[in-house]
Amino acid sequence: MDSSGLLFDQILFGVFPYVALFTFFFVTIQRYRVQKFTFSSLSSQFLENKTHFWGMVPFHYGLIAVLTGHTVMMLFPKLVLNWNSVPVRLYVLEATMFAFAALSFIGVIALIRRRLKHSKVRMVTSKADWVLLFFLVLQIVIGLYMALFNRWGSSWFPGAMTPYLWSLAEFSPNVSYISALPLMVKLHVINAFVLIGIFPFTRLVHVLVVPNHFLFRRHQVVRWYKNRKLIAGERDRS
Amino acid sequence: MNVRSQIAMTFHLDKCIGCHTCSIACKNIWTDRKGTEYMWWNNVETKPGTGYPALWEDQDKFKGGWEKSKGKLRLKSTGKGRIVANIFHNPSQPSMDDYYEPWTYDYQNLFNAPEGDDQPTAVPISMVTGEYMDIESGPNWDDDLSGTPAYARNDPNLSTLTDQQRQQLTAIEQMVFFYFPRICNHCLNPACVASCPSGALYKRGEDGIVLVDQKRCRAWRSCIAACPYKKVFYNWSTGKSEKCILCYPRIETGQAPACFHSCVGRIRYLGVLLYDADRIEEVARLSDEALIEGHRSMILDPNDEKVIAAAKENGIQESIIKAAQESPVYQFVKVWKLALPPHIEYRTLPMLFYVPPMSPVMATRKNGALKSVTDDFFHDIEESRVPLEFLGNLFGAGQTAPVLYALKKQKAVRWYRRAVTVGDVTMETAKKMLAAADCSVEEAEAIYQLTSLCTVDDRFVIPPSHREEALEAFQDPMQRKQEAGFGFISGPHRGL
Ligand code: SF4
Ligand code: SF4
Repeated sequence: MDSSGLLFDQILFGVFPYVALFTFFFVTIQRYRVQKFTFSSLSSQFLENKTHFWGMVPFHYGLIAVLTGHTVMMLFPKLVLNWNSVPVRLYVLEATMFAFAALSFIGVIALIRRRLKHSKVRMVTSKADWVLLFFLVLQIVIGLYMALFNRWGSSWFPGAMTPYLWSLAEFSPNVSYISALPLMVKLHVINAFVLIGIFPFTRLVHVLVVPNHFLFRRHQVVRWYKNRKLIAGERDRS
Repeated sequence: MNVRSQIAMTFHLDKCIGCHTCSIACKNIWTDRKGTEYMWWNNVETKPGTGYPALWEDQDKFKGGWEKSKGKLRLKSTGKGRIVANIFHNPSQPSMDDYYEPWTYDYQNLFNAPEGDDQPTAVPISMVTGEYMDIESGPNWDDDLSGTPAYARNDPNLSTLTDQQRQQLTAIEQMVFFYFPRICNHCLNPACVASCPSGALYKRGEDGIVLVDQKRCRAWRSCIAACPYKKVFYNWSTGKSEKCILCYPRIETGQAPACFHSCVGRIRYLGVLLYDADRIEEVARLSDEALIEGHRSMILDPNDEKVIAAAKENGIQESIIKAAQESPVYQFVKVWKLALPPHIEYRTLPMLFYVPPMSPVMATRKNGALKSVTDDFFHDIEESRVPLEFLGNLFGAGQTAPVLYALKKQKAVRWYRRAVTVGDVTMETAKKMLAAADCSVEEAEAIYQLTSLCTVDDRFVIPPSHREEALEAFQDPMQRKQEAGFGFISGPHRGL
């Protein structure tokens, strides 16, 4: 590969990820501090309740499964490789992941259709929503393409992507892992960082405020504007 | 005993004239913003009728409130176990179609329409999309429409009535209805609060008002399905839930909430109740038959020395205890037992109580001749045009006894006053009726006084809010002077 290509790769895979991650952290924190009110997804189920289910549910569950798959491959590459050592298990894993990705694709298409079709839902759709949807669809489509034509992801990911991602995490990006990979894979990686970069500007922030303490808290929530014990103490003293 | 104070309410349905002044007062103050056009924190329904949102009492559809399963209380909608499965799509959430699509009119067309053979019209425009629309329903869409197939006959409270009773309710010339004004009940065991995944809804410790923290609300919408009274609303523009705030800024400054203050029929009463917060769970788990009595027994006697001591122990001020002693709500609910909670079988333990309405007597008995006074003084209540079962389903968790008790007492008081002022009933008869209705002469006078001659100050006994004791008051403004400056109550932290 000539040196200009290498430089290009350096910028795309060695520098851009950090720009995206910096934007992600900086803007997310800033937005949480300054515009806490906006930290949610603007649900439109109230405005259109009939097709909502058919988009939301496949999209979310599909995406969650696929993202979990990516995370496992990054954190436990050996585990995945061991699993894949028996071909049948590899096929099952790949087919399952493909099914979830397809589910999220069907879901996101249904959601786009819903946003276009129902005038009420259009009223609560912002430009940022469309930008986000564009990159999301792009990402899912590339992912599906790779699953079909750059087989088998779960076998080469641990060898190529995992070390690259770890090199990023260790602040010594090694783009040589990436350089030789097919174009579509590269696009998928770049687009992933684009998504991370635009994350804090979009409704995606709702991912960060998923309810986690709900399962453990008591049913009722009471807030006091007075410190009752303190007040009783004051009164006793005076 | 864990004594807490609650601003509670009584609506005297016999006095409501269905004028909707209350709704308008509320709308003008709180819900005239984008995204809230369709919300009526206060609304007035015609009963029998389907209400707003349509069929809100149908909990098979909307899954509001609590249910008992294996002796435990759990939310009917998205309990903890099911929240994960339902978080992307809430299966029992009402949509705008269940309320109505808000609209205005294209008034400009009246001025700008080109000259033609027809009068120009002001075409309705959706307040959501701004497009022309056909109006399909509105707030109080079933107003006064008793007897209609689409509305009155679908009232969920009719489910236990016999066919004959239903026909009686809808027959021409027999038709009857009454008004049912509704706001958030500021419940003791609010399903809305319990359902919120973000913990954004909360009950104020000092006065029991239930609020939504707008910054913590993340649009999960669980509360909207969980409130069995459908009194939490989704603001489609901001993506946050909103609800009746009982005009707390008014209450904190000693004024009655706007709907109370403006009520033309003067049906609304507001005052403090002291209750035992330790008993919430236990009472909410009682059987349907025991709920009304159990709920009432949680409300403590503000004149009882032990209660007063326990209240003080909990930091409740003298002024609030005094307000509780003078509370009109306490009289209606606990002393006279005239006011009953709506649909207490939803187990949220509402703190708004209704005096059930009297209704016209069956007029066609015995060839149209009315029976006058008979030995059983109250026959007309059991035979009144609104079947007792219907009122029992609304205000008695399916039991008619508490409703009958309240109606008998109301009637006895009326007849007693007739004996005093008109004289067409003998005092002897009146006293017999009072005795049969478990009411003394003094009590009858007091009921009459608070029902008919009540002033603003009788109706609304609002305790001071004691903001001077709010948490901020205990923070020293000098505390952070060196680090951050005068008045700072948190340190000058940087970064995370
Ligand atoms: S009526 Fe009760 S459950 Fe419904 S919003 Fe009010 S406090 Fe919550
Ligand atoms: S203002 Fe009073 S009388 Fe009029 S509808 Fe409302 S509650 Fe009834």
